[in-house]
Amino acid sequence: MINIMSNKMINILVPVISIILGLLVGAVVMLISGYDPVAGYTALWDGIFGDSYVIGETIRQISPYILAGLAVAFAFRTGLFNIGVEGQLIVGWFAAAYVGMAFELPKIIHLPLALIAAAVAGALWGLIPGILKAKLHVHEVIVTIMMNYIALHVVNALIKTISGGGFKLDRVQPTASLRSDFLSNLTDFSTLHYGIFVALAMVVVMWFILEKTKSGFELKSVGFNENASQYAGMSVNKNIVMAMVISGAFAGLGGAMEALGTFGTISSMGGFTGIGFDGIAVALLGANTPLGVIFGATLFGSLKYGANNMPNAAGIPIEIVSIIIALVIFFVASGYIIRIGLVRLRKNKKEAK
Amino acid sequence: MTKRKFGLAMSVVLAAGTMLAACGSADKDKNNAGDKSATGNDVGKSEFSIAMVTDVGGIDDKSFNQSSWKGVKEFGEEQGWEKGTGGYDYLQSTGPADYTTNLNNLVRRDFNLIYGVGFLMEDAISDIAAQQKDTGFAIIDGVVDAPNVTSILFKEQEGGFLAGVAAGLMTKSDKVGFIGGMDNPVIERFEAGFVEGVKTINPQIKVDSKYVGAFDKAELGKAEAGRMYSSGVDIIFHAAGGTGNGVFSEAKERKQADKDAYVWVIGVDSDQYEEGKVGDANVTLTSMLKRVDVAVKDISALAMAGKLPGGETKVYGLADEGIALADSRGAIPQDVLDQIDDFAQKIATGEIEVPEFVGKKK
Repeated sequence: MINIMSNKMINILVPVISIILGLLVGAVVMLISGYDPVAGYTALWDGIFGDSYVIGETIRQISPYILAGLAVAFAFRTGLFNIGVEGQLIVGWFAAAYVGMAFELPKIIHLPLALIAAAVAGALWGLIPGILKAKLHVHEVIVTIMMNYIALHVVNALIKTISGGGFKLDRVQPTASLRSDFLSNLTDFSTLHYGIFVALAMVVVMWFILEKTKSGFELKSVGFNENASQYAGMSVNKNIVMAMVISGAFAGLGGAMEALGTFGTISSMGGFTGIGFDGIAVALLGANTPLGVIFGATLFGSLKYGANNMPNAAGIPIEIVSIIIALVIFFVASGYIIRIGLVRLRKNKKEAK
Repeated sequence: MTKRKFGLAMSVVLAAGTMLAACGSADKDKNNAGDKSATGNDVGKSEFSIAMVTDVGGIDDKSFNQSSWKGVKEFGEEQGWEKGTGGYDYLQSTGPADYTTNLNNLVRRDFNLIYGVGFLMEDAISDIAAQQKDTGFAIIDGVVDAPNVTSILFKEQEGGFLAGVAAGLMTKSDKVGFIGGMDNPVIERFEAGFVEGVKTINPQIKVDSKYVGAFDKAELGKAEAGRMYSSGVDIIFHAAGGTGNGVFSEAKERKQADKDAYVWVIGVDSDQYEEGKVGDANVTLTSMLKRVDVAVKDISALAMAGKLPGGETKVYGLADEGIALADSRGAIPQDVLDQIDDFAQKIATGEIEVPEFVGKKK
């Protein structure tokens, strides 16, 4: 019994119990509103893993979430709350779509160029709050929220100007597209694209920067304690700016997933995409670690995509579905409570012995 | 302690039991579902079925998603179909990322004709139509050039023109307003027609035009309407979906504060008379109807007869009842209504041609 309740076991049990609890409460919600929970969850499962098509779409949905999660997590590690991921993602989306559309280059140059453009645009959008925070101590939360609005409306205006009064840019050239016929055929015409590899590569990049480089150590150190880092001779200001720039670059790449992969263009937006805000939850679910972000993004992406199948296959209104998905995430996020419960259970057992 | 352990064990067993039971009933349910769909096919057996994908805003947006669904539903009911696979159905999009998914889901359920509501769906439909050549598609408010897609457009400018005529004849302050959602070609047609209609009545009337940038931000609509009414505007025509609900609430507040306040709203897409009720009074002057339901039924009937006008663009206007003004229920006096009818006749017969763009034709 002691073995079963070891720390390792608790680490695995906590998320599992959280998800089950979330699903149970979700089932109650469905019962109360008069829908069949079994049909609902069958539809959800089929919507995530049902066939090759939905698996492809699920992976496609996960890619931008990974990058948005990395962006938030990276800033968090330096003690910064980057709510501006949404705006950085939008400018990255635009930059990638524009570069992808406006130039004619061989693929080997064009695609990387479009990706770099997105990263640079996102980085610049992160640089401004970074500098304001470092030099003038303006709180990054306020600045990044405002930068989101600026990004949204500036990008809308740019789309309109560039397209000559239209509401979207032309499609990106095939040479800049992340789409692949191979992946698409493999998954029965899904929009799965190579973006997932870009996202996973960035996970490695973040891990490498944080764990294997001197700047990574400094960044984390500033996150733990600014004053101590300063005392140890590190430049806090430099690290804050750098954290925001790298965070913004991740977010910008997240936008590139949408620009070069999923949509192949950018249309003027009436509101935020929500990916950047969901990125906050993804990062927190993943405890701000690169590997954790993959899990957080997988959970978020699968639920978000699979949820579409609940109205489709089980006739449950999308509003109810949103509540159920929110409940699952809510319980996963409050896994801490379950952990305390389990630890207490184990302690009691020890005492009993 | 043993007691507690027992409790834990019990709950584990119970949980396992529930889960196993759930698995069992899942199988049973699947069978049931299979039976149901089998019988469903027998009962309402039709070789034809239709479905639609909404834009963001939902099925009850009091605007064109709702109107499209009305068309789909009424058509299905007329044929004696049931909602669901093999009959008629809809899927709701919560964001642009859902368009492709929803369309594909419906294709996979073998609907013969699938409507995409809104110009934002152009790309998604053109992609999927190229992959799924056996399914018919129709896009509302957008144009997709493919042999299995029919594009449905409306002459919003004609309805806007009539709304403009009504506003021009009814205004007392010689100042009227236009509030648009997002600035796109469709909404611009509303504005162009409205401005033209007002100027036809009296070129001196000032038209205050404003785009708030969103279809789902009632608070922005309310703020803008507040500014306009305060500046002396007495009639506002909105083409802003959910944002327009804010225009109504501003007008209603003013009417409530002062019963004799001369404030009016002209509704859009469907008859918005209910939106304008304040006690016994009403601030809805009239509504410009965009009968998406008429178009949907029309195209569905053609497609069912095997004559889907693929690759064509169908444009609905006053002449084919795709556009009209709603009953004003006494808000507009008869002599004004007669004049409006006069203009409607002239537009329908082509005597007056209303411009699609603002400022193109004086």
